[in-house]
Amino acid sequence: MIERTPILNIATHAILVFGLILILVPIWLAFVGATLSLQEVNSAPIELWPGDQLWVNLKEAWALSDFGQKFVNTLIVATGVVIGKITLACITAFALVFFNFRGRMLIFWMIFITLMLPLEVRIVPTYAVAANALTPFQTIMDWTGISWLITTVSGIEVALEWNLLNSYTGLILPLVATATGTFLYRQFFLTIPDELVEAARMDGVGPLRFLWDILIPLSKTNIAALATIMFVYAWNQYLWPLLVVTDRANYGMVVVQLSDLVPDQLTTGGGTPTWHLAMAATLAVMLPPIAIVILMQRWFVRGLINTDK
Amino acid sequence: MRRAYFKFSWIAAALLAPQLLIIFVFFYWPSAQALYWAFTLEQPWGGGNTWVGFDNFRNVLSDPYYWGSVRVSVIYALATTVLAMTMALTLAIFVDRQLSGYKAYRVAIIWPYAVAAPAVGLAFQFVFNPGAGIFSYINTIAPGWWDLSKYPWQAVTAIVVAGAWKQVAYSFVFFLAALQSIPRSLTEAAAMDGARPLRRMVDLQLPLLTPTFFFLLVINITDSFTDSFGIVDTLTGGGPFRATDLMVYKIYADGFRGFDYSGAAAQSIILMLLVMALTFVQFRYVEKRVHYT
Repeated sequence: MIERTPILNIATHAILVFGLILILVPIWLAFVGATLSLQEVNSAPIELWPGDQLWVNLKEAWALSDFGQKFVNTLIVATGVVIGKITLACITAFALVFFNFRGRMLIFWMIFITLMLPLEVRIVPTYAVAANALTPFQTIMDWTGISWLITTVSGIEVALEWNLLNSYTGLILPLVATATGTFLYRQFFLTIPDELVEAARMDGVGPLRFLWDILIPLSKTNIAALATIMFVYAWNQYLWPLLVVTDRANYGMVVVQLSDLVPDQLTTGGGTPTWHLAMAATLAVMLPPIAIVILMQRWFVRGLINTDK
Repeated sequence: MRRAYFKFSWIAAALLAPQLLIIFVFFYWPSAQALYWAFTLEQPWGGGNTWVGFDNFRNVLSDPYYWGSVRVSVIYALATTVLAMTMALTLAIFVDRQLSGYKAYRVAIIWPYAVAAPAVGLAFQFVFNPGAGIFSYINTIAPGWWDLSKYPWQAVTAIVVAGAWKQVAYSFVFFLAALQSIPRSLTEAAAMDGARPLRRMVDLQLPLLTPTFFFLLVINITDSFTDSFGIVDTLTGGGPFRATDLMVYKIYADGFRGFDYSGAAAQSIILMLLVMALTFVQFRYVEKRVHYT
């Protein structure tokens, strides 16, 4: 860098290599476990070098967990979250930044507060809402007497119901309901010079046209960063899909499937633990998001730093 | 502040509506619902909820298992945060020297962020398994000494190591970004004054990292409260003897396995307050008080 420091350079490499070993060892062991046969993986001093069973194990784990459909489901949910999140974040931030109206700051804070409580913290009541997403409206109508009014006037019993359990919507919507991307977009929109807005208005461009033709092309970086982060976030969801999906065959997600592969008394029934299959499935499940992070590294880092989680 | 605006019209309202609707249904309503449940008790044979005041909280707070859960959550939060941040800071400072191959180091440290928590838990259960993993070596020397499913402290150690492993990447990204934003002129000026690299690390880089450090401190602690579910569920399942029954895990177990909505809601409210307090500290004090620009 600035001066020559041969000894420190060697020390630097040594420290970094040591750190990398600490980080890589668990995954390496998991990988080795995935390449061994049932006997090998359970023999007392474990192998440290991969065997030749990786493909066999992957195939068996794949069939055992019915991964085909679940990978498709996970991909659908992750894509849905990415698209929903980006769209919502973009239009909300746009309305908050480029329009002046009363109550703007109030709405801003209402959205902002959602950052404070992650889904895990309010999991029990959110689950209750997912069982019938129209509960809030039903309750409000009952309380305000609107449903009584409708019943007496038209004779129709008001019973709103929209069950989100075991559906893609149920998996996607609650994950979209945070302010994560909105602030990324807000920060970006605030850097757009006033002159650009003025020029657009002078040319008679309406707000939607301005958003579509000028802001969205300018925000490609934002979209890439947000997409990377949200894809990884959605793919790795565990607690929410675990609760919302009881019909695992049709709506199961891959990460949730891992909980069935834990080789304990329940799954093996006292038999030999099938670690080789569990590790093969673990590898298969974690590969897609890792690939995304490595391939989109630049956007990923930018997204991570700029998004308030 | 912005001077040029579009005129407010139905367009703005239409653009805001979806987001507001979604956060109302999936955020505000459930949060209010949690409050309602926390102060009421569901009747055993239907018939709605009765108001019970602070009874649910009293029950939760007088439950020794709950305090056990709080204790292990705090241990987990502090231990993972310290481990992960120490590791991340050390690695970031040395990666920042930008010797040859630093990009390879960077990728290798960042990717664990993408590994799902349950996958981390499962991988570490294999690693720590007394019969099959690397710890089987220990058990060939001292049979029965290492067994996660028998000894609480070993189970806690296991989730802490797994949790810290998962957190390193996040802190690393932030530390590295902060280090790279230190103006080069500062480093050069220090070098001119005769400060060698190690001296610059201690007296220049570390002080300039203070804001990032406090930011990450709060984020890591908050994350460890909320993000730990997957690791616990696949690694220890809350056991042995409830030794790794972290707060989120207990809420899940009480609410969905024990069907005690009121108790789970009261616990949720306590956890919400805790997370909100931490976030508040972060915005109010950390972001404002500590800066060197």
